[in-house]
Amino acid sequence: MFRLLTSNAPEPVAIELDGETQSVPGGMSVAAAMLYLDALPARQTVVSGSPRAAFCMMGVCFECLMEIDGCPNQRACQVEVVAGMRIKRQSGIRDSERAS
Amino acid sequence: MSHNFDTIIVGGGLVGAALACGLATRGSAVALLDGHDRDFRASRGNFGLVWVQGKGAEFAPYARWSGLAAKAWPEFARELQAATGIDIGLQQSGGYDFCLSTDEWDARSEEMRLVRQHTQGEFEYEMLDNAALRERLPQVSAEVLGASYSQQDGHVNPLFLLHALHRRMQSLGCQYFPNRRVASIRPDQGGFTARAGGDRYRAARVVLCAGLDNQRLAQDLGMHIPVAPLRGQLLITERVKKFLPCATLQVRQTMEGSLQIGDSHEDVGLDDSTTLDVITRLAARALRIFPHLSGVRLVRAWGALRVMTPDGVPIYHQSVQFPGAYAVSCHSGVTLAPLHAGAVADWIGGESPHPLLADFSAQRFELSQTRARALV
Repeated sequence: MFRLLTSNAPEPVAIELDGETQSVPGGMSVAAAMLYLDALPARQTVVSGSPRAAFCMMGVCFECLMEIDGCPNQRACQVEVVAGMRIKRQSGIRDSERAS
Repeated sequence: MSHNFDTIIVGGGLVGAALACGLATRGSAVALLDGHDRDFRASRGNFGLVWVQGKGAEFAPYARWSGLAAKAWPEFARELQAATGIDIGLQQSGGYDFCLSTDEWDARSEEMRLVRQHTQGEFEYEMLDNAALRERLPQVSAEVLGASYSQQDGHVNPLFLLHALHRRMQSLGCQYFPNRRVASIRPDQGGFTARAGGDRYRAARVVLCAGLDNQRLAQDLGMHIPVAPLRGQLLITERVKKFLPCATLQVRQTMEGSLQIGDSHEDVGLDDSTTLDVITRLAARALRIFPHLSGVRLVRAWGALRVMTPDGVPIYHQSVQFPGAYAVSCHSGVTLAPLHAGAVADWIGGESPHPLLADFSAQRFELSQTRARALV
């Protein structure tokens, strides 16, 4: 659904999405990487379980929440992909205990 | 343009909207003149507690009044949902107020005892030491001394409540006028004329429910309604798995899982901003109570101004000079909503008043002023 507009894409980086290695252009946000990979929906809401993905892409709407490197509920549009990053799509609600 | 009604209510917060529902149910043609979105709005910054504990320790009628409200809540919420389809999330499964020092424990014990005495034993409570408390709330820190608990306490989603009251009052035929800051109210020809937004509104009765603006508006109607702002800051966290089975005064978990962490009491005038030092202090206190929350992130914070009377007790006042004019001032717009839609609407609607209402007149401040002068 989404494609890169630039012909000279930055160096790709390898990230892990739900345990599988994926390659995405460096320099983009995690939310943009999900759109690039067509990894949609990017989460299920905690109350009704409805499917969601990034909406505003600027840190306001909180729709793009993902678990990044073990820390849940990160706004994926505010985090840049880096090599080796472990990303998980969230379904259900996080525990109130400290994340590992 | 001029509009004619039976009753003008000034202020569309929880107090004004609940009263509008009550008066409209009793057949009154009600106009509700509301302010602007950017006015100070206690009803939009509220913590959402239905809270009886400790209220009225120093003023017995307030203890009884709060008890009546708590008892009226289940049916009130049921009726509101049946009429509007809005589930305001009432959970009245008890509430804890934590004690972090022996001073707090001693003061609380005395407060609880007084409220029980004032209500002839109707107010039921327990003082729980740390062991008893952690049996019920295992996440509480070993450092917390204990807590008071009352089964009558609970919480709602205060924004859903405000929304439901507005929907209800409009379905009952109340006319709602937003963005109408009332410039003046004048008694004339056996009624009142309010000027707002360039229009005139006429009615036989006028009720001031305008929060901090009640003091200004009351002066024109021969009433002295002393109210002052008291800021409270609140924090909201990301949504987490349900771990609180009921409300606490320090941390409340919403239906959706967010934690609401309250609240400060700051005498800073008409300033509803947030400050880093208070946010830090509130978060630190929440962690002293629930250390397991240290990895939970805050997502926002806000400040709101409570509407405080000099003694913290509500004012239900009828003007002696202009008997069609009333003022209602309180900071417990959630807890007391069933009574504002019920007994207070009965009284203002002309039925014989509930026997407790006379105790809440603003005359109590005039008397104490006279006494103070006599002592000088």
